[in-house]
Amino acid sequence: MNFAAFLAELVSFIPRAVVQGIPLLYGSTGETLTEKSGNLNLGIPGVMYVGGISGVVGAFLYDQAVRGRATVDGVLDPQLYDRLLNPFLSIAIPMLSCLLGALLMGLIYCFLTVSLRANQNVTGLALTTFGVGVGNFLGGSLIKLSGSDVPSIALTKISIFFHQPLPFAANLGWFGSLFLSYGFMAYLAVAIALLVSYFLRRTRAGLHLRSVGENPATADAAGINVARYKYAATCVGSMIAGLGGLYYVMDYASGVWSNNAFGDRGWLAIALVIFTIWRPSVGVGASFLFGGLYILHMYIPTGTMLAVKELYKMAPYVVTLIVLILSSLRNKRENQPPQHLGLPYFREER
Amino acid sequence: MDRGTPAVSLRNISKRFGQVQANSHIDLDIYRGEILALLGENGSGKTTLMNMLSGIYFPDEGTIAIDGRKVMIDSPRTAIELGIGMIHQHFKLVDVLTAAENIELGLKGKLNLQQATRKIREISDAYGFDVDPQQKIYDMSVSQKQTVEILKVLYRGADILILDEPTAVLTPQETEKLFRVLRNMRDDGKAIVIITHKMHEVLSLSDRVAVLRRGEYVGDMITAETTAQDMTNRMVGHSVTLNIERPEPVDPKPRIKVSGLTVLSDTGVPKLENVSFTAYSGEILGIAGIAGSGQKELLEAIAGLQAVSAGSIAYIEDDGACEELIGKDPLEIQHMGVALSFVPEDRLGMGLVGSMDLDENMMLRTYRSGALPVTDRKLPHQIAQKVVDELEVATPSLHTPVRNLSGGNVQKVLVGREITSAPKVLLTAYAVRGLDINSSYMIYDLLNQQKKKGVAVVYVGEDLDVLLELADRILVLCGGKISGILPGRSATKDEIGLMMTRVGGGAEKNDA
Repeated sequence: MNFAAFLAELVSFIPRAVVQGIPLLYGSTGETLTEKSGNLNLGIPGVMYVGGISGVVGAFLYDQAVRGRATVDGVLDPQLYDRLLNPFLSIAIPMLSCLLGALLMGLIYCFLTVSLRANQNVTGLALTTFGVGVGNFLGGSLIKLSGSDVPSIALTKISIFFHQPLPFAANLGWFGSLFLSYGFMAYLAVAIALLVSYFLRRTRAGLHLRSVGENPATADAAGINVARYKYAATCVGSMIAGLGGLYYVMDYASGVWSNNAFGDRGWLAIALVIFTIWRPSVGVGASFLFGGLYILHMYIPTGTMLAVKELYKMAPYVVTLIVLILSSLRNKRENQPPQHLGLPYFREER
Repeated sequence: MDRGTPAVSLRNISKRFGQVQANSHIDLDIYRGEILALLGENGSGKTTLMNMLSGIYFPDEGTIAIDGRKVMIDSPRTAIELGIGMIHQHFKLVDVLTAAENIELGLKGKLNLQQATRKIREISDAYGFDVDPQQKIYDMSVSQKQTVEILKVLYRGADILILDEPTAVLTPQETEKLFRVLRNMRDDGKAIVIITHKMHEVLSLSDRVAVLRRGEYVGDMITAETTAQDMTNRMVGHSVTLNIERPEPVDPKPRIKVSGLTVLSDTGVPKLENVSFTAYSGEILGIAGIAGSGQKELLEAIAGLQAVSAGSIAYIEDDGACEELIGKDPLEIQHMGVALSFVPEDRLGMGLVGSMDLDENMMLRTYRSGALPVTDRKLPHQIAQKVVDELEVATPSLHTPVRNLSGGNVQKVLVGREITSAPKVLLTAYAVRGLDINSSYMIYDLLNQQKKKGVAVVYVGEDLDVLLELADRILVLCGGKISGILPGRSATKDEIGLMMTRVGGGAEKNDA
């Protein structure tokens, strides 16, 4: 392979790595925010799944409503349908329903772990199982309702508004395809990650949140409402993670939902939190790296050896393990997880 | 005597936790320009009372008035707004944050760390604190952390300061420094409450003493008009003798001979360096040193719990037969008669299981005995009963989880259990940590009994006054090295204090 061909390959590889990375970035930003409050939400895969299906339900209902209005004498008029499809509503309805679904999941988690002080690991894992179950149930129902003959549901027209690239992307060659070719939610993910990073490092509320995750008794004695911070961080974190599910189905998958297609991205997002040593700004680059590692096996010629492909699929997890080993070897306090991560807090406990 | 309106006046305050009445109908006044010492045995409710003042707990009944105005302190934030600042026994600091960030914690408004740093420096200069606002807490010494705690409350403009056993972790020099700062603050018109068990500190620092007994208010006294004996009697409710006896060792024989002992931490930092000494039977060997100077590693090395990188530890029988302890497992060492009772800072961390009751905790030592496959529950029950009776452990029953006992009682259970195993060598660390004076004396008495029985007692202590009265010889550790071994009957506190901070002591004098 000569150099020019390699470059061309790279220019096509990087955007694909980025779109793979975006759902992970949403998930890890949300989980980092959550973990900074001391809540280890292992329900993130479920939250992202519910975020995705909630968005699909919203989009589906809107799609049905528009279809109803575009049907003249029992026949769908495609041009009328296109005209009736409002760009703002096409984005706002799926997004709001996604946020609502993810928020509900976050609230369930908080109620169980913060208010009732249930075990965080058990609650989180249960939430993942629950979220995937709800997602598959709703997904299956929609597929039934739409009477589709393949086991998936396509909201192609609505999804166009999600993966509209920035203007000029097509005219700017490699620059356009590397930086401008993504849907708006990709840029939103980066913005949110940087915003959360700024919030954690520079603002008073961020300082308070970190202290809640490190040492809730201290935060409490300083007059910080521990439960409120935990609720807020976990719910907002869940909503951010939920957007990852929405991005996956509406942008990456072009509005096509099929059950279980989301795969293990939720777990990768949690691995990414560890990989970035709890820094959302690092997550921007790291998520693209993970995205690249996730699809690396498609770019490496392995011939008929399918087993080798499976080995390449392990790459993100192996890298996470290596980071875990390195960061615990260096044993720097700043690189450790929040000290009270995973533990319940009860003020009058002795 | 007219002292104006009290800064704080507590009336009829009660608080109960489950079955335990921590405070019952307490009336107490705190005045400005005065240092009030709050005295009481363990579990007498001192900390609970002060926690209600600082908003951690809410009283079940009673009223609190600040400057004559009735207030409701429903959260730590309210307490701060009312000018009440509490410095807890266990520091409430976030390790990964800097001093400035910790001090800013819980305040309102936009976060401006530069401005905060400036203001912290101003306060530090005014009272003579020595602290770097940019330093992370985990890099700090205990004394520095305490300084940050005090700065924290001053930064919030507190003029009512409560200190819960502030000197428990300080060297004599650091304590003196702290007292100077406290006196400065008193002269500045602040109201100061200090909770402590150390009588000599009460006498040298406070202006007035208030005494609690079993959750009830006994009364207050002007410090200058009272004596340690009088205070103790009131605290305990009956007359106690305040002298630690120190019988001459009878027929001391070498029992444990440590030579060239070196222990490295996980990261390769030496925790103990070339430590050599001999502990004799029938003698109490006191070990002094700043917390973390290698006391824990030393005791654990002898008990077989700590990997040793060089040196030897020999156990010597009465007939002179020598046996090397290094390389033996802890159980064998235990069977040879070496008992370890280590009371860590959180008291429960080592030796007792918090959620198990007294019987079961005794069983941790005895469960291997008996021939049947089922465990023998009778023996541990007897031991538990004996410990409770002899040491006057305050517990609702033998089936109460030890976690629910107050700190002092937990320690009695731990030390009591080790003593009932009739050891040849008794290693104790911080056996009286946080214990009130009456319980402490009971423990000293127990140690002396063991000594008279010919046990070699190694006693790691924090309170130098006690070490000087109790120990026959005092070994001073400094940064993992032996700074010196002094005879307990002639050593002085200053001498030991200096040796704690510098190997060999002496040399240049520091400011204390």
